[in-house]
Amino acid sequence: MTLPVEPDLMHSLYIAWQYLRFNRFKTLTIIACITVILSLPFILKLLVDEAELQLRSRATSTPLLIGELGSNMDLVLSSLYFTDDAPAALSMDLNQQILETGLAQVVPLYRRFNVGGFPIVGTSIDYFSFRKSGFASGRAFLYLSDCVLGAEIAEKLGLKVGDNVFSSSENLFDLAGNYPLKMTVVGILEMSHSADDLGVFVDLKTSWIIAGLGHGHVDLKTIKDSTVMLQRDTSTIRANAKLMQYNEVTMDNRTSFHFHGDMQGYPLSAIIVDPDNDRAAALLKGRFIGDDVRQQIVNPANVIDVLLERIFQIKKLVDGVTLLITLVALLALGLVFAISMRLRESELDTLFKLGCIRGAIARLLLAEITLVMIASSAFSASFIAIIWPYRGFITRLLIFQ
Amino acid sequence: MTILELSQLEIRYPHDEFHLNVPSLQVESREKVALIGPSGSGKTSLMNVIAGIMLPEAGEVHFDGIKVNALSDSERRQFRLSRIGFIFQDFGLINYLSALDNILHTYRINPALQFKKSVIERAHSLAASLGVSSLLHKFPHTLSQGEKQRLAICRALLTQPQLILADEATGNLDPANKNKILEKLFSAVDEHNATLVVVTHDHALLSHFDRTIHMDDLTGRARSHA
Repeated sequence: MTLPVEPDLMHSLYIAWQYLRFNRFKTLTIIACITVILSLPFILKLLVDEAELQLRSRATSTPLLIGELGSNMDLVLSSLYFTDDAPAALSMDLNQQILETGLAQVVPLYRRFNVGGFPIVGTSIDYFSFRKSGFASGRAFLYLSDCVLGAEIAEKLGLKVGDNVFSSSENLFDLAGNYPLKMTVVGILEMSHSADDLGVFVDLKTSWIIAGLGHGHVDLKTIKDSTVMLQRDTSTIRANAKLMQYNEVTMDNRTSFHFHGDMQGYPLSAIIVDPDNDRAAALLKGRFIGDDVRQQIVNPANVIDVLLERIFQIKKLVDGVTLLITLVALLALGLVFAISMRLRESELDTLFKLGCIRGAIARLLLAEITLVMIASSAFSASFIAIIWPYRGFITRLLIFQ
Repeated sequence: MTILELSQLEIRYPHDEFHLNVPSLQVESREKVALIGPSGSGKTSLMNVIAGIMLPEAGEVHFDGIKVNALSDSERRQFRLSRIGFIFQDFGLINYLSALDNILHTYRINPALQFKKSVIERAHSLAASLGVSSLLHKFPHTLSQGEKQRLAICRALLTQPQLILADEATGNLDPANKNKILEKLFSAVDEHNATLVVVTHDHALLSHFDRTIHMDDLTGRARSHA
C-alpha cells in the first residue's frame, strides 16, 4: 500500500507528535491561545451580523410605532424586543382613535410583568397575523388567562399546551400591588428567531387583570362575613380589601371577572401601526406634531439604524482591540517558540552532530507548528460550528436580556 | 590498511586560548584505539574534527580516502550519518522520544537511510544484546545513567558505521557492565569491519585495546599525570 504522504514527512510528523505529546501542557496552552485568536474575530462577526439581522428584520417589519414622548430607542427596544417594562403612557382610547381614522391597522401592546424573567406581552389576537406567527402547537388566546408561549420559553421551561405558568409579583413586599395570576398555556409559537421566541403573549384584558385593573371574586350578595363589607344597602354593596380575589380563571369563575371604570382609559405601553400607504403614514405622523402632544410616532427602522451605527462603531473599536491583542498574543507565542528553541539547543546540537541536514531540522520544527495549527484550526472550526446554531439565541441573550 | 589519517592538524576555537596541534595520527582499519589524556587536553575536540562536526584551523583529515575537512557542510553531515557512529559524552538522547525511538532516531531524520522493518528488528536485537530490551517503551528521564549510555551505544551501532567514536562510553557503568559494553563494541567492530576510537579515563580498560594513544604523545607535549 502506498502511503498518501511521503515517508520523510511521516517521520517528521511522528517526531513532532511525540514532542507535542510529551510537552502536553505547553502544547495545549499554545493551541488554546491560537484557537482563541482564530475563532474570536469570526464569532464576533457572527454575533454582530446576527444582531444586525434580527434588529433590522424586526424593525423593518414594524412600519410605525406609537409610544410615550421620550427616548425613541427605549420605545422601540421595549415594544419590539421586550427588553424592559415600558411606561403605560397610552390608552385604549388612542388606539381606538387611530383605528377610526381608517388609515392603518393597529396592534396595541401592554408590556409589563414577567413570568420568571420572561416578558408578558399583553396584546390583541391581531398580533399573530401581523407578525405572521405560526403555531407549533395549540391556538391563540381566546379566554382570560390563556397565554401563548414563544418557542424558546417552552423549550427552556419544558412547557406544553395545557401546562400552567404564574406571573411574577412585581414587589413581594407591596401588599397592595399585583398578585400572581395563574395562566394556562393554550399555544406555542414556532421558532421565529426573534424576540417573540422569548415572549409570553396574553390578551390585553389578562394583562390588565394582572395589573389589578380587573378581578374576579365571589358574588358579594352571597358573602356572610360582615368584616368584608364596607357598605351594604338595597342599592349598593361594596367590599373592602379583605375580599379574596381569584388568582386563577376557571370555567366556574370566569363570568365573575370584571373591570371597573371606562376601559377606553385602560393603559397601553405602545401601539404598532401598519398604515395602508405612504400617504396614510404621513397623515398619521402629522397627528403627533405639536408642542402639546404627549406621545410620539416613530419609524423603528430609522431608530434601529442609529443603534446599528453605534454598534458598528463599537465593533470597530473592538476589532482594533482584538487585533492588538492578537498581535500581542502572536508576539508572546513567538517568544515561547524562541525560548523553546533555546531550551532545545542540546537536542538540535545532537541532531547536527548525528548528521541531520538543515532541511530535516527545519522540517521537524515546521511539522510541530503544522500540527499545532491543524489542531487549533480544528478546535476553532468546532467551536464556531457549536455556536452557529445558537447564534440567534446568544445574540438575543446578549442584547435583549 | 590505514583508514584514518590526520596530518598537521591544528585545532583552535574562536575567542579562546585553546590550541591543539596534532602533527600526525594514523589508525588502521578495524583497529581498536583508546585515546587518553587529562581534562581539557582536546580529546573531544579531536573527535569532533574526525567526525567532521567542526573544521580544523589547518591540516587534513582523511577517512577511507575521503578528505573530510574538504567536504561541504551538508556533505560532512551525510558523511557522519552514513559512516560514523558517535557516542556522546552526555548521551545526546532526546527526552521526548521513547528509548526505541531514540535508537531509531538516526533513521527517521535521514532520508538517505531506508527505514525498514529490518531496521526495527536490528534495533531490538541490539537492545537485547546490551540488556535494555525491557526499557524500550520508557523515556530517558526515567532511566539510569548506565541505561542511557547503553541506549546511546545502540543508536550509534544501528547504522552499522565504519568508524565508531565513543566519548567516555563506559564512564558511568559498573565494572561488569563496562566489560560488557566494551565486548559489544569490539564485536561490532569485528562484525562490521569497523574501526573504534574510544576516549576514556579508565586505565583499567586500556589493556583491552589494540593501541593506546596519549594526547601528550600525540601533540608532542610533555606527558602530564592528570
